[in-house]
Amino acid sequence: MIPVELAQLKPELLTLGAALAIILADLIQGRGRLPAGPQAGRRWIGWFSGLLAVGLVAVVAGRWQHLSWPVQLWGGVVVLDRLGLIFKAIFLLGVAVVSVGSADYAAQRFRHVAEYYALLFFSALGMMLMASAGDLITLYLGLELTTLSLYVLCSFAKDNPRSAEAGLKYIILGATASAVYLYGSSLIYGMAGTTQFATIARTIGWFGVETGMIVGAIFVLAAFGFKIAAVPFHMWAPDVYQGAPTPVTGFLSTASKAAGFAAIVRVFLGPMLGAASAWLVFVVALSALSMVVGNLLALSQRDIKRMLAYSGIAQAGYALVGIATLSSLGTMATVFFLFQYLFTNLGAFLIVTAVGSTEGDDRISGYQGLSRRSPLLAAALLVLLLSLGGIPPLSGFWAKLFVFWSAASRGLYGLVFIGVLTSVMSLYYYLMVARAMYMEPPGEKPPVRLTLPAAAAILICVLVVIGLVYPRPLLDMAYAAASGFVSR
Amino acid sequence: MPVPHPLTIILLSPLTAALVIMLVPRTNLLAVRLLSAIASSITLVLSSWLCWIYLSTGMHGLQFADRLSWVEGAGISYFVAADGISLSLVLLTALVIFCGTFASWTVTNRAKEFYCFLLLLVTGVFGVFLSQDLFFFFLFYEIAVLPMYLLIGIWGTGRKEYSAMKLTLYLLLGSAFMLVGMLGLYFTARLPSGAPAATFDLTVLSQLQYERHFQVWAFFLLYIGFGILAGIWPLHTWSPDGHASAPTAVSMLHAGVLMKLGAYGILRVGFGCLPEGAQAWAWLIGCIAVINIVYGAYVAMGQRDLKYVIAYSSVSHMGVVMLGLAAFNDVSMTGSVLQMFSHGIMTGLFFALVGLVYEKTHTRDINAMGGLARRMPGIALAFTIGGLASFGLPGTSGFVAELLVFLGTFRAHAESYALGGVRLFPVLALVAIIGIVITATYVLRLLQRIFHGPLDEAKYGDVPDAHTTEWVTLIVLSLVLILVGVLPSPLTNLIGGSLGPMLP
Repeated sequence: MIPVELAQLKPELLTLGAALAIILADLIQGRGRLPAGPQAGRRWIGWFSGLLAVGLVAVVAGRWQHLSWPVQLWGGVVVLDRLGLIFKAIFLLGVAVVSVGSADYAAQRFRHVAEYYALLFFSALGMMLMASAGDLITLYLGLELTTLSLYVLCSFAKDNPRSAEAGLKYIILGATASAVYLYGSSLIYGMAGTTQFATIARTIGWFGVETGMIVGAIFVLAAFGFKIAAVPFHMWAPDVYQGAPTPVTGFLSTASKAAGFAAIVRVFLGPMLGAASAWLVFVVALSALSMVVGNLLALSQRDIKRMLAYSGIAQAGYALVGIATLSSLGTMATVFFLFQYLFTNLGAFLIVTAVGSTEGDDRISGYQGLSRRSPLLAAALLVLLLSLGGIPPLSGFWAKLFVFWSAASRGLYGLVFIGVLTSVMSLYYYLMVARAMYMEPPGEKPPVRLTLPAAAAILICVLVVIGLVYPRPLLDMAYAAASGFVSR
Repeated sequence: MPVPHPLTIILLSPLTAALVIMLVPRTNLLAVRLLSAIASSITLVLSSWLCWIYLSTGMHGLQFADRLSWVEGAGISYFVAADGISLSLVLLTALVIFCGTFASWTVTNRAKEFYCFLLLLVTGVFGVFLSQDLFFFFLFYEIAVLPMYLLIGIWGTGRKEYSAMKLTLYLLLGSAFMLVGMLGLYFTARLPSGAPAATFDLTVLSQLQYERHFQVWAFFLLYIGFGILAGIWPLHTWSPDGHASAPTAVSMLHAGVLMKLGAYGILRVGFGCLPEGAQAWAWLIGCIAVINIVYGAYVAMGQRDLKYVIAYSSVSHMGVVMLGLAAFNDVSMTGSVLQMFSHGIMTGLFFALVGLVYEKTHTRDINAMGGLARRMPGIALAFTIGGLASFGLPGTSGFVAELLVFLGTFRAHAESYALGGVRLFPVLALVAIIGIVITATYVLRLLQRIFHGPLDEAKYGDVPDAHTTEWVTLIVLSLVLILVGVLPSPLTNLIGGSLGPMLP
């Protein structure tokens, strides 16, 4: 007889099971009988993990009907609702695409292939916990599980000193961010006498906003700002993104970023909503700074991974605009943004992985003449980059549109202006890649080698980006979820 | 209605052709060209037929509507419909792309991609002219801009990458202004009952009342946004570079049609929804328009590169369009839209000719040519017709259009914009006429330098005249110029009858 609570946590438990199943399957296949070192024969693990992740997405989707009202477990330590479900689907889709997309990459480069996928699932589990947190401590547990798995993943390419550097940088700065989070939580606890969101909200409602609470909230916001790589907490992103194995970078820049947003939504549009007048200005500043600084710094990058890192910083700024509206419309916009961003950016990073494997490095000049060498791949990257730049009718356009729209509906025209102007700026660096691909001669460079699983994953990303030309079904879901959480 | 959903068919036929072309093998050039020709013929036949129906059955207002809800809660729907203004500009677009297809018959470098992007671009242009939903209007606008980057960057000449990037960034900057103005319009619009209108439907938005204060700033945003595309001074610098670097068919579309999108946007959205804002900024639009006319013509006079001459003449002619809008009465605005049409055809012809001359002589330097009329009489004749239309000789379409604009401008804004008893708009009209004189100067000088005088036998002894497919372009466009000049009433009726909602 399974306790009721555990039945409610089916997606989380199955994710844990999936991680263990992967390790187990690898053991059963018999690692001992395989020769030591990287082996191409283990690419099936990638397919297997991808399949598991897709299955988990189906499980998450199956919970949708049961959660028309939020469910609180263990006195509100975990809150299950539709908003959380959408975020969980985003994380698991990220795992699915990365798993399939890096099936060959991992099998050829990593010694511990099964552990790579298991860690992806563990970090996704942490993210799922963050998305369902109803308590500062639960949130912290999720945060740590996520980041600890990601520290290891960042330094997974053991032979590459840059990868080791990336892991070290991430762990040092990430640990600092965790400390900042804990300090902020302790202040909030000191003021409210509880770590539970529901009770904190009531305290704010009864006693008004106190200074200690605000300081605590700002510390917590800073920690989340680190997680989503918003300016001025973005310094780690370019170095870590550049050094980490490229599929991991893709995961870090999408799913992990989405998890940070899930946490922001949970805390700041949850219990802290009553104190919005005090912290809103900081969110607006984070958003504006990220859009401006991220785009400005991306302009001069020569390495595509660094460029995408800065572009990701800017994208975090756009998604934050939705949060700054404090409305269900804005939350919907942010959720939609993160969903499409997952596919757009992951697709781009998978292409970067493929090109990087052929070229040997990630300089933008390596994309010269790609449209002649590998026309389909070039077209796919063009579509993804244009979507990142917000060109209609691709998904990135709708995402930015709804974000700006929600901001305009709240009269935040300043953010809208910064947003649209920096979007134009961003087109410059996205088009520089297009220029290299389409306008420069290929020279003697060979076509890019693309394996079947990677091609399949990229194709899925491109199809989603194009398919969201008709965004209504997803928007309806996101709105239903957001309006169940944010009442304004 | 014998053809169901005619406007949607106009929109979809170039798009479908682009998709089919993607599937055609790279080596089968003829199939690619034929597909493009068929698609553009369909649009040409359909749009002329629609113009005919619209006129002959005495229709008015928006017709042939197709509607499909896209994002319901947000009031976004795919809504195409056409009135006389849309129809005449759609006809223009169809003519230019039809001729552009034949003018690019000689493109062999990655021809498949070239036609794909060209047809995609045209889809966007048709979409802008036909959309009655502000949102889809914007969407199609952006679809029209982006292929331009690749078309100029890959198939262009000269400083093509610089020009392509400059053009794209300028136009997207314009769209950024537009987007903010649009969102402002969307959120400010209130139904008479006081409830938010929450729709992008232009037919609804244009009937609502807005506060004066809002109208003034929203109109300004839209003016800057669309104005960049219409080439208003001092935001025009992308256009000569872009035109000069672009391949022939793209220059034709670009100067011929794309710049009209800007003027059309100001007319449809700016004047249609925000009449008080338009009234408030009429002086600025008028003054800048006159600067465009005179400055554009003056700079054109100093150019040695043939393409730059034509490009700056476009800047000058777009000034006439904007002046007609600024004058804000039925005569001037009819002239203005007619000028859009006439200039589109004329510039299309010019750029086609420049392409031909360059292809045959391998130079665009005016001073290096001379006496070419003896070797290419057909091209010289077509060039002369275009030139005469350019400075508005009676009997050409340019005359009717400019006459209407200047007539309208003289009597414009009789109550406002006067200083010490001197009214602004008649003065503007007078200054603008100086621009026409300069235009005559550089056009005649151009004709003389290129086609007359001594011929350099060594260099140009055996250059051929236009041949087969090239004639299609030249004959069609020249004939339209003269036809509209001699018989302007169908077009002026078409345009004038639909101006109602935009007039004060």
